[in-house]
Amino acid sequence: MTILIFLLLAALTIGCAVAMVAQRNPLYSAIALIGVFLGMAGIYVTLAAPFIAAIQVIVYAGAIMVLVVFVIMLLNVEEEVRRPIRLRRLVPLGVLLAAIFFAEAAFIIYFVETSAYNPPPATQSNVGLTASVGTGLFTKYLLPFEITSLLILMAIVGAITLARRVSTLEGGRTRLRATEETRSQTSAD
Amino acid sequence: MDLSNPYIQAALQFLAIFITFNVVLMIVAYTVLAERRILGFIQGRLGPNRVGPGGVLQPFADLLKFIFKEEIVPDKSTRFVYFLAPIIAVTSAMMTLIVYPFGPRVTLPYFGQVELVIARFDIALLYVLAVTSIGVYGIALAGWASNSKYSLMGGLRSSAQMISYELSLGLSLVGVILMSGTLDLYEIVEQQSGWYGFKWNIFPQFIGFVVYLTSAIAETNRVPFDLPEAETELVAGFHTEYSALKFALFFMAEYINMFTVSVLATTLFLGGWNVPGLALLFAPGSIPFAVFSVIGFFVKVFFFLFLYIWLRGTLPRFRFDQLMAFGWKFLLPVALLNVVLTATLVWLGVL
Repeated sequence: MTILIFLLLAALTIGCAVAMVAQRNPLYSAIALIGVFLGMAGIYVTLAAPFIAAIQVIVYAGAIMVLVVFVIMLLNVEEEVRRPIRLRRLVPLGVLLAAIFFAEAAFIIYFVETSAYNPPPATQSNVGLTASVGTGLFTKYLLPFEITSLLILMAIVGAITLARRVSTLEGGRTRLRATEETRSQTSAD
Repeated sequence: MDLSNPYIQAALQFLAIFITFNVVLMIVAYTVLAERRILGFIQGRLGPNRVGPGGVLQPFADLLKFIFKEEIVPDKSTRFVYFLAPIIAVTSAMMTLIVYPFGPRVTLPYFGQVELVIARFDIALLYVLAVTSIGVYGIALAGWASNSKYSLMGGLRSSAQMISYELSLGLSLVGVILMSGTLDLYEIVEQQSGWYGFKWNIFPQFIGFVVYLTSAIAETNRVPFDLPEAETELVAGFHTEYSALKFALFFMAEYINMFTVSVLATTLFLGGWNVPGLALLFAPGSIPFAVFSVIGFFVKVFFFLFLYIWLRGTLPRFRFDQLMAFGWKFLLPVALLNVVLTATLVWLGVL
């Protein structure tokens, strides 16, 4: 039963991933990416990590992708035009690298997996539960957690600085230079 | 029949979900009728009362009308997304229905002890937030795919509104989570039993309750926050280009969302199925106790639904900039303050 659910979710995830790359309409790609995130959330549930699954949906599918869809809708991005492949000589190299990657994966699945390593049954694991994630974040991994928060804060401040584009005048005074884009954006708001 | 057999349990689960969906759809149908009649009384007229005694068959007449209407698909719409959007809206609205506990533990003949909840799991509250956050796509994509300026503006407005108010909605729940120390809805309800109703979370979490109620109304795009379908500016907002049954799906999604939001308010703040003083009359776990608890639960839910209708009958609509300023500059700071306050009190051991 579990393997059946896993296969369904894996098919959804991989199918959506392929569709995301193959689609030329950017909005279709975005929808396919949402499908990938939902499929992955389902796989997390089967791996007994419900908290991570919920966060995956809330953060990636619910917040980040909404922004992506928003931007695509606002800018009305055109469909990609099919162009002839440049760097034709690199195609064999790409095929070779892909073959190596699949060989590696097959090696791991058929030789490493069957060795002495026995994963604990999924029901006994507490890795993905809310309480264990919370205590882990605020005790053992506090420093990485704080550093990540700081990095995100820096990114936000940087984004705001870039968006405002303050230029310095000769007199030392600063002036807000509203570019054509920001002006149209504020009027759209 | 062996009840511990996983396949039989799964079959029972499916049956329970099927019954829940149908019951909720009936409730939704009659909420629409109740809305039309109550609005009629508020505005000094009768409302629909012709189909059946007192108009009770009106929802079925409406449904038949929706089914037989002509479906008009805009010529330059993006077909796939245009058909996908109402499906997303309804599915994400219905998916949350299964996690809400609607009654206490009860000892039934043959089944033994049963908890009156369909799916009980560790992260029920996060699940609700996750699924409702998917619902935004239904509206945003509908607005985009219709290829109409009214739809696009309505879709953009409503997704901006839903994203903004989702923040204060989530933060207003944090107070309850901090107090109960769990995300399991069943346990949150059980912790609120006793003390003749004075253990309900509405008393220590009154700020959280008000913030939740306000942002929940905004989340469901209802008056006074129904900017996405401001008729005078946007025709019908994101569903301008939808007709017949596809429009009915959006309509249904809105009312199911109203219902789930009311259920969540009942569960988190008004003690769920706890009825004050009921344990004096019946032994907990007996069938009459469960029956009256379930009735109490639905009375609370219907109170919130009535509140929605009442607000629609009395309040005018916000302007869009007022709406955004209210959400970001007032509601969000208040919700944050509530989180800090609750966290401090829990840390000091007061709550």
